[in-house]
Amino acid sequence: MNWKRAGLLTLFVGGPLIALLSYGMTRDPRSIPSPLPGRDAPVFSRVVFAPGNDGVLRLPVGDTVRLAAHRGHVVVVNFWASWCLACRDEHQDLSAVARQYGPRGVRFFGLLYNDQPDNGIQWIAQMGGQAYPALEDPGARAAIDYGLYGVPETFVVDQRGSVAHKFVGPVRPGELGALLDSLLKANPAASNPLPSDAPLVRTLPSGSKP
Amino acid sequence: MMHRMREFRATATRMTVIVASVLTMCTAESVTAFVSKLEAQSTPAVSVAPLPGVDTILDARAKAVASRLRCPVCQGESIQDSPAELAAQMKSLVREQIASGRSEAQVFDYFTAKYGQWILLEPKPEGINLLVYWLPVVFLVVGGGGIAIAVKRWTRPKPLDTLPTGVAANAVATPSVSANAVSPPSL
Repeated sequence: MNWKRAGLLTLFVGGPLIALLSYGMTRDPRSIPSPLPGRDAPVFSRVVFAPGNDGVLRLPVGDTVRLAAHRGHVVVVNFWASWCLACRDEHQDLSAVARQYGPRGVRFFGLLYNDQPDNGIQWIAQMGGQAYPALEDPGARAAIDYGLYGVPETFVVDQRGSVAHKFVGPVRPGELGALLDSLLKANPAASNPLPSDAPLVRTLPSGSKP
Repeated sequence: MMHRMREFRATATRMTVIVASVLTMCTAESVTAFVSKLEAQSTPAVSVAPLPGVDTILDARAKAVASRLRCPVCQGESIQDSPAELAAQMKSLVREQIASGRSEAQVFDYFTAKYGQWILLEPKPEGINLLVYWLPVVFLVVGGGGIAIAVKRWTRPKPLDTLPTGVAANAVATPSVSANAVSPPSL
């Protein structure tokens, strides 16, 4: 075998191999491409364990939130846990976006992932409150329904009930705001700021505990 | 010389066998995976034990499904093998769905709808995934053929004028070869 043939062989065998491996280097092996965006959002029915702040959406503890009941509204579903460090990073941003877009008809819900509600309540107190209600997810059934593989993950559901976008990791508030703006603009009739199906602000019944 | 040639040919054949068997070992895993998949498709997992209780059947079916689903929070592990909390929750969900009368295919469809094809430890043999199943076979055939041709070329007696002078001089010494050989220019 002469040098020319050896060179050609290296080019034809090594070239594609190097190309393939370099393509692999551009991909994150930990990320799982979600098939959910564009499809109907998995519906859930979950119990409130932390009510949320006045002024945005406040639901009594023990109330059941059904996603299907919020059809016609843009819904932001955030999966979080008290043991999750990245959730601390996004908490202020997410609450700020909720305060800004809540009055425009966007519903925010936090779903607790693999954690005790008591830990969640403590965490919310530590973080200085949360602008939206937090819901339990026993057995992580809703999380699996959403194809969750880590926290935080945030899903934006449009007025028709299909998943518009999935955020993996801490939410980037600018990106989320722009997405909510475009969804509200695309379907302004459905984004009724004062919903008829559930009062926006509800007071806690005295001594209500789950 | 002929004797030495025969010996070399035998060594070459042995080498081919070794290389071929190494190649086969490399591809054997994917081939057995493919075959076991075909078997798994053709025979229902229920027929594991002769007369087991309903729970045993359900457990066996759930286990078979769980061991073919990838754990999302682990590295290349099935939810059956993983000790992670999410894996345990997914396992119980598999068991529940099987118990509620869903077929294996329906459970796989459920998880594929949530996590995509990523969740399947064995890719479905369709579309681009077929490469995973057939490329090893193609490599085996092409590689084996290449090696066979190369070995044939190495063992073929070379025309003497192309041999280096030392070898040619040596070859001249044996009468059987020198009979039809052109005398090298160095002599």
